[in-house]
Amino acid sequence: MKEFFDQKKVEITGDEHPVEAPLAVHDLTVSYNNKPVLWDVELNIPAGKLVAIVGPNGAGKSTLLKAAIDLVPKTTGKVLIFGDSYSQNRNRVGYVPQRESVDWDFPISALEVVCMGRYKKIGWFKRVSSEHKKHALNCLDKVGIKQLANRQISQLSGGQQQRVFLARALAQEADLYLMDEPFSAVDAATEMAIVELLHELKTKEKTCVVVHHDLATVSKYFDWLVLLNMRIVASGSVEETFTHQNLHKTYGGKLSVLVDAAEALSKVAK
Amino acid sequence: MTVRKAVKDSRLWNVKIGFALILFALCLIVSQLHGYSQSDSGFSFFNRSDSDDGFLEFLFETLILANYNTRLVVLSTTLLGVSSGLVGSFLLLRKQSLMGDALSHATLPGIVLSFWFLVALGKDGKSLLPLLIGAGLSGMLGVVLVLLIRKTTKLKDDAAMGIILSVFFGLGVSLIGMVQSLPEASAAGLESFIFGKTASMVVGDFWMISFICVVSILVSVTCIKELTLLCFDESFASATGFHVMWLDLLLLLLVGAITIVGLQAVGLILIIAFLITPPAAARFWTNDLQQMLTISAVLGGVSGWIGSSISALLPKLPAGAVIVLVAASVFIFSMLFGKTGGIFYRWQRHRRLSIKVSRQHILRAVFEILEKNLEEGKSILRNLPVSLSELQQHRSWSRKELHRQLKSASRHGYVEFPEEGVVCLSEDGFGEAARVTRNHRLWELYLIRYADVAPSHVDRGADFVEHVLGPEIVRKLEDELRQLEIQLSVPPSPHVISGASQKNLKTQDEL
Repeated sequence: MKEFFDQKKVEITGDEHPVEAPLAVHDLTVSYNNKPVLWDVELNIPAGKLVAIVGPNGAGKSTLLKAAIDLVPKTTGKVLIFGDSYSQNRNRVGYVPQRESVDWDFPISALEVVCMGRYKKIGWFKRVSSEHKKHALNCLDKVGIKQLANRQISQLSGGQQQRVFLARALAQEADLYLMDEPFSAVDAATEMAIVELLHELKTKEKTCVVVHHDLATVSKYFDWLVLLNMRIVASGSVEETFTHQNLHKTYGGKLSVLVDAAEALSKVAK
Repeated sequence: MTVRKAVKDSRLWNVKIGFALILFALCLIVSQLHGYSQSDSGFSFFNRSDSDDGFLEFLFETLILANYNTRLVVLSTTLLGVSSGLVGSFLLLRKQSLMGDALSHATLPGIVLSFWFLVALGKDGKSLLPLLIGAGLSGMLGVVLVLLIRKTTKLKDDAAMGIILSVFFGLGVSLIGMVQSLPEASAAGLESFIFGKTASMVVGDFWMISFICVVSILVSVTCIKELTLLCFDESFASATGFHVMWLDLLLLLLVGAITIVGLQAVGLILIIAFLITPPAAARFWTNDLQQMLTISAVLGGVSGWIGSSISALLPKLPAGAVIVLVAASVFIFSMLFGKTGGIFYRWQRHRRLSIKVSRQHILRAVFEILEKNLEEGKSILRNLPVSLSELQQHRSWSRKELHRQLKSASRHGYVEFPEEGVVCLSEDGFGEAARVTRNHRLWELYLIRYADVAPSHVDRGADFVEHVLGPEIVRKLEDELRQLEIQLSVPPSPHVISGASQKNLKTQDEL
């Protein structure tokens, strides 16, 4: 049965029908306490690209990822993952939250955290079988910290913790990876490991959408760029989009009217 | 290799723990039944009825369940401790302790209102089940109100819970006052729900607690994966399609159930301590969640067991307070002597490091003096005796300190005292001193070269770090500083070295 569907998919792409975009955002507005943080976002991410989402603090980069996977409610608009809602295509998406979002003193080993990426495949109430553990161990190997599998997570360095999160997303065996600031505050070795991983994923035709903060490395690491500051400033291949003008528009603070309007909205709500 | 073994080991852990705990619970339940049918014969071995009735004797009898009157209470409280230890672990890791507190305080108005209701209907106001149902309902109402406040206002969790907790409790206390003024009912027993009164427990309580205990164990074993995910990373749980709300509800229902069946034993004010103290203590013994659950269940059970035994002997003290004090003693012991993060353990480790640091300082000092005294033109350092006064001046140590550190070094066989007032490095000590000095210099050089630290300031920064440099970091430093052609204090070999001994020499270099 599964093979049948796989075959069908191949046929569709063979007929040169457009492949469904891994991530398509239409008219998305997200507000916290009635204060919009994302306005009318329209976005199409092509398949097989390494995508950087770049923008100043408070531009709504993380919110965009969270809205895509239903972690924050949308005010308006919709997000399509491979042409369908997220709840339909959940198992095709791997998610790497920000490292600071969890308590690293939690009594759990690195391997057990990575196993969490398999939980949905394992299903409710069932135990983690040794095959799943082996798979998780492989994922740790891919990020280069297999030897730390049984360490408690608080005994890992920041970079190693970040790699554990990446391994967990790998364990999900997804087609689209959403990563929230994986490069933030990591050591050089981890940065190289992540870049290698991104390239490996690209060769497997996976799509990676990465919230990024380091402008200096954008053109080195990525081939697609989304500039975001509450709305999409520009989106396209890095060569075309990574221009001085676009960056100025993103970071230049010319959006005072937008910010004022958001403030006004939130005051009305109070 | 070790990893594969660990995978294999941890495979059956939670099932084993679950079975052990259920077995333990069943044993307790069966022993209770046994006691009912056969009086004390099951414990005749311990039942030394010929000796006199001392306090300790009675305590001993209570503890081993040989005393018929207290057996029920002791067993119930032990089972309650086991279940609260398990469920409390998740509550603690979910960082929802205060929510449990709000829930337990919010039960009071429900208890009093259902009492009132029963009396108004002309029934026995003390019948337990309706009271507990009332408690459950008002506890849930409290939780719902907390969630509503959180959702609709800007108040944060702690404020919302604090408000609900105190308002509901205040309401309950004033309701008790009003009920007591009713002529037809004696509401005297209602206060015992606040602090707990184990003496009022009956067989029905025991069965309820046993049921909740078995349910807690079953849920902890079957849903350990989901609950762990919930507690560790809520957003990942939600992103991968686990319903966070349902899991939270499950946890809260368990906490609610334990609170309600524990009302009589521990009372509503202190039940939260019974939920939180055992897991908090267990956290000091392990870094593994499954082990933490087991330890917490055991500590909870033990606290309940000993606590209720003691409180049976001191009927004037509220049972809840005694049990919680026992749990607190277990916690304090764990905090002091626990293996992971216990104060004593940390202190010991710190002390060991500081002893090592001062020992290395003295070795380096001797080495530096030897270098200073090196005769002009000679490049190979000789291990000569150094006078104590020179050593004392070198780092401005006090006489006492120097004496202590030399003693520590000689215990490790690093220094010898060939004659009065003179110290000499042993062969081991000379090697160690060379290694320590080399690490120190490597680190200094690295700081000057790559961290732009002024050479005059570098000594201070290097002083501590050098002692924690592992062989891996030292190798990295050597790589970084390769251009400097670091001189080694080992003379070149006078002959051609074969493969095996070359390896030997290399490790010596690294030392």
